[in-house]
Amino acid sequence: MIQLDRVNKFYGDLHALKDITFRINKGEIVGFLGPNGAGKTTTMKILNGFMPASSGSAEVAGFQADKDPLEIKRRIGYLPENVSLYMDMTVNEYLRFVARAKRVPRRELRAKVDRVAGQCGLTDVTNRLIGSLSKGYRQRVGLAQSIVSDPEVLIMDEPTTGLDPAQIVEIRNLIKSFAGEHTIILSTHILQEVSAICERVIIINDGRIVTEDSLENLTRSADKGGNVLVRVQGDIAALRKCLQQLDGVTGVRETGERAAGDEWELLVAADKDSDIRRAVAESVVGAGCGLLELRPIRLSLEEIYIQTITRNA
Amino acid sequence: MNFLPVYVRELRSYFTSPVAYVVMLFFLLLTGVFFMVFVGDFSMASMNPNPYGGARSLNVTQAVVRPLLGNMSVILLFVMPLITMKPFAEEKKSGTAELLFTFPLSDLDLLLGKYLAALSLFAAMLALTLIFPMFIAIYSEPEMGTLISGYLGLVLMSMAFIALGLFISSLTENQIIAAIATFAMLLIFWIIQWTGNNPVLRHLSVLEHFNNFAQGLIDTRDVVYYLSFTLLWMFLTLRVLESKKWRG
Repeated sequence: MIQLDRVNKFYGDLHALKDITFRINKGEIVGFLGPNGAGKTTTMKILNGFMPASSGSAEVAGFQADKDPLEIKRRIGYLPENVSLYMDMTVNEYLRFVARAKRVPRRELRAKVDRVAGQCGLTDVTNRLIGSLSKGYRQRVGLAQSIVSDPEVLIMDEPTTGLDPAQIVEIRNLIKSFAGEHTIILSTHILQEVSAICERVIIINDGRIVTEDSLENLTRSADKGGNVLVRVQGDIAALRKCLQQLDGVTGVRETGERAAGDEWELLVAADKDSDIRRAVAESVVGAGCGLLELRPIRLSLEEIYIQTITRNA
Repeated sequence: MNFLPVYVRELRSYFTSPVAYVVMLFFLLLTGVFFMVFVGDFSMASMNPNPYGGARSLNVTQAVVRPLLGNMSVILLFVMPLITMKPFAEEKKSGTAELLFTFPLSDLDLLLGKYLAALSLFAAMLALTLIFPMFIAIYSEPEMGTLISGYLGLVLMSMAFIALGLFISSLTENQIIAAIATFAMLLIFWIIQWTGNNPVLRHLSVLEHFNNFAQGLIDTRDVVYYLSFTLLWMFLTLRVLESKKWRG
């Protein structure tokens, strides 16, 4: 559905995107993460036909972004980060305007506008001026305009900013319900949101894609490699030294949780690719300590994000 | 072609802000004052005997209609920048342009929608001034031909003014700058005829070409001048809209 192939973008001398390549299949919900200025918005603007890439090819729904931007724009719904609406229109008028601009046939206009107003919880305010609505309602109007034409691809930049916790859950469920028929790219800083909604994650940093994998693979990779927590009994000074010399171990520290007397909890950090569980168990026993517990630590998306960003910085 | 939604939205937005009403009010007020003065002078003249004796030719078209049309063209020069300052500048300033440019609308759709909305507002304003010729027609017999060519001239001239104004509006996000720059440009295209007797410069003047229309003369040279002036600025506006693609 979406295919980027070695896309580069220059703003004057600034090399904003460097060989961005990824593919998103129909019906997927993909989280697009990265620190400020990493190139998220630039990528999205290339995808929605707002501006062409300097080189490389971007394809959405079978159309080239630089050749048929209008065809792409017909099939895309876009929710910008700071959604600016026409303050002098009512919600209903505005949604009708967007639907007509997106070439929704006249006879379906009313039904579609009514449907998205219902989906986004706007039914009570359809006749109010957008200028008189609160931030949360305006955000809903922004969301409503992005889906009013039933687009094949939805591109959303921070869709839940300015909403209260109950609304956030509601909107997330709404976005989730679009999965399958719509292909969704969700750019956000809120990582719980990605965990809650997305199936796959693309992390971009400094104009490059640094990680691209399914959410399941990313967090599960900790099962095999990664960090291990051991709870031991006995003298840990020798054990620490021993653990530190193991292959693949990058650091050992106490968690500070000291349950009773001579019980200690140690966090052994290791490379993602090396499985140290067996070696750790052997060392503990070899050092004459009692092995009470050994379990891999599942990395949260936050930790993965911070690790990837700092490693590549 | 999908300019209709833009046109409808734009026209609505003129009337949901006070700008349209204020502009119309002052345009009609000024035209009305001029009308009153010309009619007053004319009726005074028709009361007085010819000081040199003999018959005296009194012509309502010459004494009222022509100067009224001439003055309306000058008032337009002041009023038009207020109509054309908004369309592009406001969209950029308020950020609504970001979404607008992701809708499946071509640059031409955007330009035509906004252009026709401004032209419609002006047409409504001009239609209201028809009340003055109607008054004259009740009490006298103005030449229909002059009225028609005069109003045609006003429409053609305003088409040219709007094209220039929208071009400048597309360059800036500040409405006040757009209005001032448009006014200055229109003024330059007016006073260019006073720069001596250079026929080329005289030909470039926007008001020079209106004189024929006000005299009841529809000359293809004048029509071609206004249409080419319009097309030139519309073409340049399209280039500006296109430039967002490579400027980012």
